[in-house]
Amino acid sequence: MSITYLEAIREAQSRALREDDRVYIYGQDIAGKFGGAFKATKGLPEQFPRRVLNSPISEDAMIGTAIGAAMEGMRPIVEMQFADFSSIALNQILNNAGTMYYRTQIPCPITVRLPSGGTKGSGPFHSQSMEGLYAHYPGLVVVTPATVEDAYSMLLEAVAIDDPVIYCEHKYLYYHLKADALPTENLPIGKARIVRPGRDLTIVTYSAMVHEALAVAEEFSADGFQIEVVDLRSVKPLDTNTVLASVARTGRLLCVGEAFPWGGVTAEVIARVAAEGFHLLDAAPQRVNAKDTPIPYHPNLWSEHRPNKASIAAKARQILAE
Amino acid sequence: MLQTAEPESQTKTKTPPHPRYLEAFRFMLQTRIFEDKLGALYRGGMIVGGVYLGRGQEAVSAACGLSLRKGDVFAPLIRDQAGRAAFGEPLLDPARTYLGSKLGPMRGRDGNIHRGRPKNGQLAMISHLGAMIPVVVGSLMAKRWRGEKDFVGLATIGEGGMQTGASHEGINIAAVEKVPFVLVATNNRFAYSTPNDRQFGCVDLIDRAVAYGYDGHTVDGTNLTECLEVIGNAVERARAGGPPQMVVANVLRLAGHGEHDDASYVPPEMRGESFARDSVKVAEELIIAQELMTTDELRQLHEEIVAEVNEAVNTAQSDPTPRASEDDWRALAQHNLVDQLS
Repeated sequence: MSITYLEAIREAQSRALREDDRVYIYGQDIAGKFGGAFKATKGLPEQFPRRVLNSPISEDAMIGTAIGAAMEGMRPIVEMQFADFSSIALNQILNNAGTMYYRTQIPCPITVRLPSGGTKGSGPFHSQSMEGLYAHYPGLVVVTPATVEDAYSMLLEAVAIDDPVIYCEHKYLYYHLKADALPTENLPIGKARIVRPGRDLTIVTYSAMVHEALAVAEEFSADGFQIEVVDLRSVKPLDTNTVLASVARTGRLLCVGEAFPWGGVTAEVIARVAAEGFHLLDAAPQRVNAKDTPIPYHPNLWSEHRPNKASIAAKARQILAE
Repeated sequence: MLQTAEPESQTKTKTPPHPRYLEAFRFMLQTRIFEDKLGALYRGGMIVGGVYLGRGQEAVSAACGLSLRKGDVFAPLIRDQAGRAAFGEPLLDPARTYLGSKLGPMRGRDGNIHRGRPKNGQLAMISHLGAMIPVVVGSLMAKRWRGEKDFVGLATIGEGGMQTGASHEGINIAAVEKVPFVLVATNNRFAYSTPNDRQFGCVDLIDRAVAYGYDGHTVDGTNLTECLEVIGNAVERARAGGPPQMVVANVLRLAGHGEHDDASYVPPEMRGESFARDSVKVAEELIIAQELMTTDELRQLHEEIVAEVNEAVNTAQSDPTPRASEDDWRALAQHNLVDQLS
């Protein structure tokens, strides 16, 4: 048997609905036989017709209702059709959900699923990676699963967490990633994972870029370089200790993220390593991000806009040469 | 409350125009006296941050709070002192929140009108207008899932707040989800300083009700009897399973947007309009004219409230204030997930 990243998301939701009657899913086009733009809820409406509900095209109100229901003890999962459209709901996520617990001491356990990241031909408004933006604001947990196993276990964990969780699922991984089975145990949210050990360079990354980094590490192994790849898994909280421990072994750091270059997760990782592990570094830490333009439509442009094996490898070579 | 203060020698000759008229009036008067005190404290430099008064909107607000009961959900906004009190908020809550007490519902982490006690059904507003509407809707969805019965949710908004995208989405989603929801929109003529003709192009905001699938009602917000009847009926219709209800109340804001604002942009002739009447005065005059209370009783009530207000303010002023060294600086309920920033 093999299971895809997308199926893992569906299975996690199915299990959450089955095991906890406080859970419901709210989103556009998710109900009926249609089962969502990406089919992440396909089959679930038949099993849970009262708890898998189509919403109007009202991202702000979708999150608003989830906040109200969560305060009353429900465990809503909101599916944004694309992460990009969550910009309409920014106010509810940042200012209402994100401030609720600090202001009122009432927990706000909502899970917001963001189909994130680029795929060929998706263009400026169906490709965004918004984890850095959400992580910037207080009161939110932001997770970025890179594997089928993490997609499954972190979604279940997200639903169980008493705080708002922004669950960034990568659209490119939906069908490209397969595992033999669903995990029975996993690392908790907040722990990074070393997905490939190495001693010459640490690449810290997350989500789909983990796989680009692994490909680069494989390529470099032919030349005798051992690259360690750290999958952050959650960008907030950010597991600084695992990153520092890795940099202590390798002395070199490259951060890779698919989001826009100004600020963001990669800058945060480098800032923390520079502040807390400056003495560990044998070369200046570097990062590779998307370009500072809207995400282009045409594959020729898009494939150069995002970090790719070539741009990651070029930066890795530069660090290793220092 | 009031009935116990009746001197034996004086009998009331008439019944009030609404069974809860005097109860509502007490909340209105309490609001007026309390808010006058807040204004004085603000001018005396005793309050950090803004002070936002409900002057002119007391009848509408009190009617909202009184029409609800335990188990309902109320999302008040900045001019709802009367409604909050009528829904059960003790005077100490606003006193403590405005005066920065550590013991208030927000413990110094938020101020003034942003207070609330969500566990008691009173939501803590954020400043972004319309944002609380879908939160009420979601609370009602949850209550329905849980099998609760006979509950209703009410959100207030102004004619300015009605123009946000969030309000539109929230108003619509309540109708889509068929929850027992009431929106009370008070057109007080000025959204901060901006008049109606720069806020909306329809003749009357209530024209929108039918388009959203709501029952629509308008009410003279200076007339307490009407407010109690119209808002009360709207709440009961929603509670009984009717469609969502929209009430548009017409008043003039009889204060600045906040106490920092002298409202000099209000044209003087507007103050002579019937919607510009002071609902507290109108009610007081009716009470005397219809002999619902004597002037002595009214004075007694006034004194009683002044004492309550002073007690709340004195308590709040002698409360401890929050200390930065005592805040845990955690925005998450799950402390194990707090990011360890150095």
